[in-house]
Amino acid sequence: MNKMRRTNTFSVRKLPGFPAIAILCFAMLYAPIVVLVGYSFNAGSSLALWEGFSWHWYYAAWQNDQVQTAALLSVVVAVQASLYSTILATMAALGTTRTRPYRGQTAIYTMINQPLMVPEIVTAVALLICFAVIKQATDYRGLIYLVLAHTAFCIPFAYLPIRARLEDMDKSLETAAADLYATPWRCFKKVTLPLMWPGILAGAMLAFVISLDDVVITEFVKAPGQDTLPTYMLGQIRRAVTPEMNAISTALLAVSIIMVSLMFILSRKKSRE
Amino acid sequence: MGNTTSIAINQVSKKFGHGKNLVLALDDVSVEIEENEFFTLLGPSGCGKTTLLRLIAGFEHPSSGHIQLHGEEISHLPPFKRPVNTVFQSYALFPHMTVAENIGFGLTMQDKPTGEIADTINKMLQLVQMEDLRDRRTDQISGGQQQRVALARALAPRPRVLLLDEPLSALDYKLRKGMQIELKRLQHETGITFIFVTHDQEEALTMSDRVAVMNNGRILQVGSPHQIYNHPAERFVADFIGDTNFLTAELLECGEGESLLKLPSGKTVRSGQPEAAVNGTVHIAIRPEQASLTDDLIDADLQGKISNVVYSGSDTQYHIDLPDSEEFVVRMQNRGTLNVNWQAGQKIGVNIESGAVQILRN
Amino acid sequence: MSSSTKEKGLSDYEIAARRHELKTNLLLCTPALIILFIAASGPLFVMLLYSFLTPGDYGGVEYYASTEGWFKVFLNQDIFDDTVSLADAHLSIFWRSIRLSLLTTVTAIVLGFPTAYFIATRPLGSRNFWLFLITIPFWTNLLIRTFAIMEVIRNQGVINNLLIWIGIIDQPIQMLYTDFAIMLGMTYVYLPLMILPLYASMEKLDFSLVEAGYDLYATRLRVLLKIILPLIKPGLVAGSILVFIPSLGAYVTPRILGGGKNMMLGNLIELQFGQGRNWPLGAALSITLLLIVAIALLFYVRNVQKSAARHE
Repeated sequence: MNKMRRTNTFSVRKLPGFPAIAILCFAMLYAPIVVLVGYSFNAGSSLALWEGFSWHWYYAAWQNDQVQTAALLSVVVAVQASLYSTILATMAALGTTRTRPYRGQTAIYTMINQPLMVPEIVTAVALLICFAVIKQATDYRGLIYLVLAHTAFCIPFAYLPIRARLEDMDKSLETAAADLYATPWRCFKKVTLPLMWPGILAGAMLAFVISLDDVVITEFVKAPGQDTLPTYMLGQIRRAVTPEMNAISTALLAVSIIMVSLMFILSRKKSRE
Repeated sequence: MGNTTSIAINQVSKKFGHGKNLVLALDDVSVEIEENEFFTLLGPSGCGKTTLLRLIAGFEHPSSGHIQLHGEEISHLPPFKRPVNTVFQSYALFPHMTVAENIGFGLTMQDKPTGEIADTINKMLQLVQMEDLRDRRTDQISGGQQQRVALARALAPRPRVLLLDEPLSALDYKLRKGMQIELKRLQHETGITFIFVTHDQEEALTMSDRVAVMNNGRILQVGSPHQIYNHPAERFVADFIGDTNFLTAELLECGEGESLLKLPSGKTVRSGQPEAAVNGTVHIAIRPEQASLTDDLIDADLQGKISNVVYSGSDTQYHIDLPDSEEFVVRMQNRGTLNVNWQAGQKIGVNIESGAVQILRN
Repeated sequence: MSSSTKEKGLSDYEIAARRHELKTNLLLCTPALIILFIAASGPLFVMLLYSFLTPGDYGGVEYYASTEGWFKVFLNQDIFDDTVSLADAHLSIFWRSIRLSLLTTVTAIVLGFPTAYFIATRPLGSRNFWLFLITIPFWTNLLIRTFAIMEVIRNQGVINNLLIWIGIIDQPIQMLYTDFAIMLGMTYVYLPLMILPLYASMEKLDFSLVEAGYDLYATRLRVLLKIILPLIKPGLVAGSILVFIPSLGAYVTPRILGGGKNMMLGNLIELQFGQGRNWPLGAALSITLLLIVAIALLFYVRNVQKSAARHE
């Protein structure tokens, strides 16, 4: 009886086969990651045979000098790049939102979003060429090139959530502050900044993740010995791979997922206010 | 009531946009608002009333003209240098501060001593009866309570003038009625000049000492609610406030404070002196409740046929077709059995009360 | 200047206030624009210049003007008899890049469309959860995700081991280092870029229109083709562009999954700056890639404008 009724109901939203493909799609998205994470706990050195659970490869990665150096460099670059790009993006967001439209605004948008539109490999070789000239002229080979490149391509990522936040904000709050004797600077400090803070944090986290994950531009800009974790991994993948790589990958994945989840929570907070 | 001028608006114009999109939001507006006054800017949306308020607050600069506060030119001072505070339509309460912090914001920005700020916050909380909610966040209180916080926040720095931008429009009917009385009480207790913006004519009439009716960027008439209602100077004013019958009449005599008019029916009626010099045919306005029906067709001021009878509880409206196809509405109070039962289709006479005829400028 | 502002009838204070606002805005944007110019847009111009120079013997360039770099993008000159022929190696790489990118886009549509539809028809509460599941891979490391795919399709990887264990095959299938591997990898890493915009336009889909379709005797297939598809076209176009463009410029995925032989444009460009030691050619190839991307973007912008105009 019940069954009969169910077959008789016509669901407007249902399209046959779609849920099956969707589930397949989710499985496809997560299965390789699950396998990757799983083998990072393999006691043996094979990526095919399961020889029992162990933290061995995490320990091995932790002990590996090259990994340590690369991880440290990754963090140093990502912290600097996200800090600088967030400050620059915050200023740019303040200068492009909630204002009377002005000439050149579109050009500024295009310029800020340009790193999203140009293929990474093109930016990478263009930076290789430019920095080669500067390196030759100045003989300076420090970290600044990496930090500069990362800062630039992190700007659009930091800019997006900050701008979204600002556009969501009620402009009358700042008008009210000015009405209540707050000078422009105090209005910014007491009202604008506290209100846009979730957007700034989200932008900074996004920039941090993007910088931490970058391979292509880093690969072309880095001086010898300036390996970040991703470029170190890129170099290792071609050789015989051990679960140590899986362990490093899992750690990096964990950092990204935590950051993105935090960002999600922050942007949720926005919509509630 | 003091009669010193608080705010003087002098030939102020404000333009927005340019070229094809040019909008003249305020067109050569001049008005003086007295100290201690509850002054209302009344008009339909887009009439320029909010723009005028924003100019007084300093959120916009006039395109031309002057604004003076107690004789001092303020039109180019930034908002944070004007002793004028605003209650916003959306309240604009700071969501990251508590009720008390919101109220104290203006005083903090003026760098008042902490003790004084705390005292004022307490006094203000008391004034708007919100002592229990002082540490609540502003998104945890009701709309009516937010309204009170917005009021307290704007009053706390003791401004010379308080500007209110349709502050009651977001409240439901009952709360709005309560707040109208509350606002009147606050204005009385604080002695601060209130400039109130609304599109609600009833609100304007019940609360204000004086009302300025605006349309298309101009102030059409300034006067007490009684003057505005009973002696509208223009067709727009008469039409916007209350219901009105419009007729044309011939001006026969125009004497000292009195004039004699000939109605289309041939009958003559007396009226006050017209505001502007007019002669020949003039437009007149008559309120529906200042006319009455009569079975005496011969002596009546107007004659016609009842086309429709609309019963609405306390009174009944009779729609009457006049001979020259104009419509005239008479509103009569229902007084139980005393009421005569006039029917649609019946020929009827209309008597106009003395002093009900108002000659319009246009 | 002053006459035009006079015309607008603004007071001096209004003009001053506007100028001040503009100045503040520009000042706020300047630092970001400077950094972006130094490390993003500026270098592209330098690269354009480099494409017209002579390659140096050990990489780098000699500062002599030359069009050889551009010449070699599509053409070959025989060393012995100077005959000009098409550069087959380059052409096949261009062709592979475009073919694989298109294939990736189509596969992403086939997989992404039902998935986006599935998410959009979930109850509101669980929708965010499914969306979050799509977003997570989107923000995680592309290299790691490629590496994960590599582990799965290796000869000793999970898939081959599983198939052998079941007994379908007794020799592992060579999947890694093939065009298929590249396409699979790119589909895997760029799939969220298809699903997210598709979802965004499906979320706005008014299902009463679908009901109206069924009411007017349309079958499921016809409702899909005649009602749903036209309505979510903007999302479909956006998703396609978002998958196609990074696929075309992919570097990491073909490098890891394609091995040395199956190069795409990104790898060909890299080659010129490495072993190839022909920077001008590399620069010219980069700009060619950039031009193809620009054409795809232009196509997208025109499409958006057209549909925006339609909706007005």
